[in-house]
Amino acid sequence: MLGYTIRRVLQAVPVFFGTTLLIYFMVFAMPGDPIVALFGDRGVNEAVAEQLRARYHLDQPFFIQYFIYIGGVFQGDFGTSFSGQPVSEILASTFPVTIRLALLALLIEMVIGIGVGLIAGLRKGKIFDATALVVSLIFISLPIFVIAFVAQFTIALKLGWARATVSGGAPWEELILPAVVLATISVAYIIRLTRASVIETSQTDFVRTAYSKGLSRPRVVRVHILRNSLIPVVTFLAVDFGVLLVGATVTEGIFNVPGVGRTLYQAIIRGEGPTVVSFVTVMVLIYLVVNLIVDLLYAALDPRIRYGK
Amino acid sequence: MANKRKSANHYVAPFDEKSVDVIDAVRVDDKVSNLWLDAWRDMRRRPMFYISGVLILLVTLVALFPTLFTQVPPDLDCQLSNSNGPPAPGHILGYTKQGCDIFSRIVHGTSTSLSVGVIVVVMTTILGIFFGAIAGFYGRWVDAVLSRVGDIFFSIPYILAAVVVMSVFSAYRNVFIISLAIGIFAWPSTARVLRAEILRVKNSDFVMAATAIGVSRFRILMRHVMPNSLAPVIVVTTMSLAAAIVAEATLSFLGVGLPTTFMSWGNDISQAQSDLRTAPQALIYPSIALSITVLAFIMMGEVIRDALDPKERATR
Repeated sequence: MLGYTIRRVLQAVPVFFGTTLLIYFMVFAMPGDPIVALFGDRGVNEAVAEQLRARYHLDQPFFIQYFIYIGGVFQGDFGTSFSGQPVSEILASTFPVTIRLALLALLIEMVIGIGVGLIAGLRKGKIFDATALVVSLIFISLPIFVIAFVAQFTIALKLGWARATVSGGAPWEELILPAVVLATISVAYIIRLTRASVIETSQTDFVRTAYSKGLSRPRVVRVHILRNSLIPVVTFLAVDFGVLLVGATVTEGIFNVPGVGRTLYQAIIRGEGPTVVSFVTVMVLIYLVVNLIVDLLYAALDPRIRYGK
Repeated sequence: MANKRKSANHYVAPFDEKSVDVIDAVRVDDKVSNLWLDAWRDMRRRPMFYISGVLILLVTLVALFPTLFTQVPPDLDCQLSNSNGPPAPGHILGYTKQGCDIFSRIVHGTSTSLSVGVIVVVMTTILGIFFGAIAGFYGRWVDAVLSRVGDIFFSIPYILAAVVVMSVFSAYRNVFIISLAIGIFAWPSTARVLRAEILRVKNSDFVMAATAIGVSRFRILMRHVMPNSLAPVIVVTTMSLAAAIVAEATLSFLGVGLPTTFMSWGNDISQAQSDLRTAPQALIYPSIALSITVLAFIMMGEVIRDALDPKERATR
């Protein structure tokens, strides 16, 4: 396990530097002088501009700038947004909301995805199964903003069962609708994954043995089929948590959830390039760390992973 | 011919005596059967193949010849007096906020979505095949280096990456740039699938046989390994066409995609969102067009995957 951990962490190092360098390079290539842009329509005060350039290390060559930035990241300094607020401060205030939203979405994915997938898999070829397959296929092909608008229009505006936008403190009950929207596409994948896995497990010898030694169907399903079918599903859920943390931009923007995604969404809409980039960098880092943790956990749970190539 | 010898208390299994020449006989006039023929036969049995095939044909036709489907210009002579208006004769889906015909805008937006999808797929396939094949076939440090390069692009969620690229190229937004922004971060999935498949295929007996008779490494890769590894790539390609269409619409929706002068479903949806309460039609119809197009490609991908993968066939 230790060997695997070291190998996996070492693998993450070049990816970490590669991704940050790549993003940083793209920013460096961004046309226009951000300092000049700061002055807006008023004339540029050269003295102030020089001072600002020095403060943000814009007078340094590319690699020096990059290493100054990376050094800051290791000390928890992710840069400053365009309005002057440190990105780490914005993260501290918005990230908890995003985590809550992601957890809620994950819960919905687990309950509905595994539940429907299990029933569909056990009743392979029946009407429930066929319906689940068709419906999940449709959900997979719906872009998330379409789902979000349809949900907002029907459930919030027409039926009035929920608020169309989330209010300031983002209380749990108001997060339910955005979480459902955020979860839909993954739910569709989990249904299909669970179903395929359940069908595969049902045909194994140990399940036949369990039936033949006289165990009741509910017990076989619960202990032998479900438990063994869940391995790929759990992996998917774990990776998906990372995706949910960074991929909620559109959903948070549409439902006005005060999380990281909305902050990014608003920065994109306002065209604040540098803020967008520092947020994207942070999200990529979060995504890398979550994936690293998932891989390590997975290796701890399933010995085949760390011994196999 | 079953053997009938039976002793008093032992059961002897019936002995199937097949003569050697029966076993060895090769029926020359048998139908040729290979993976592709089997898959083609399997696909034609499924209704989903016909549904998605017809939809894809229709979408392609609309994209190539939009004027066959509507005579109304999508962005000229829009009357503001028609703003968010209901359907009228000749304008079956009603009007947008700018007073343009929704149906005509949908028809003329088709080619944008489809061309982004096609350009992205061409890009990801070329890059994916190049990186995946070389990494998988040559192995060792080549594999290590190329796989890490792939990891770098793979670990940036590609909508986020495309947002950054599009912010960088904000001055030059067009169909090609947006496809580039999506494609450059989407190829690792093709490369990974191909690499895994090549790792599986390159240890086959026929590869060893080719090596034994002295075929060059490059020729083995091109003639023997590649043709036998392409099946999963085709599936990924179909699926990534759908994903690219969604990505373009999402970027346009976020306002970092194509400029609003371009006819694009994402742009139309984005512009209609503020009037969701009063005029949902301007948002709903482009959304439906987008979803159906994506659904068609995803369905086609499913059908192809099921047909090419016998293991998947068992769970169907």
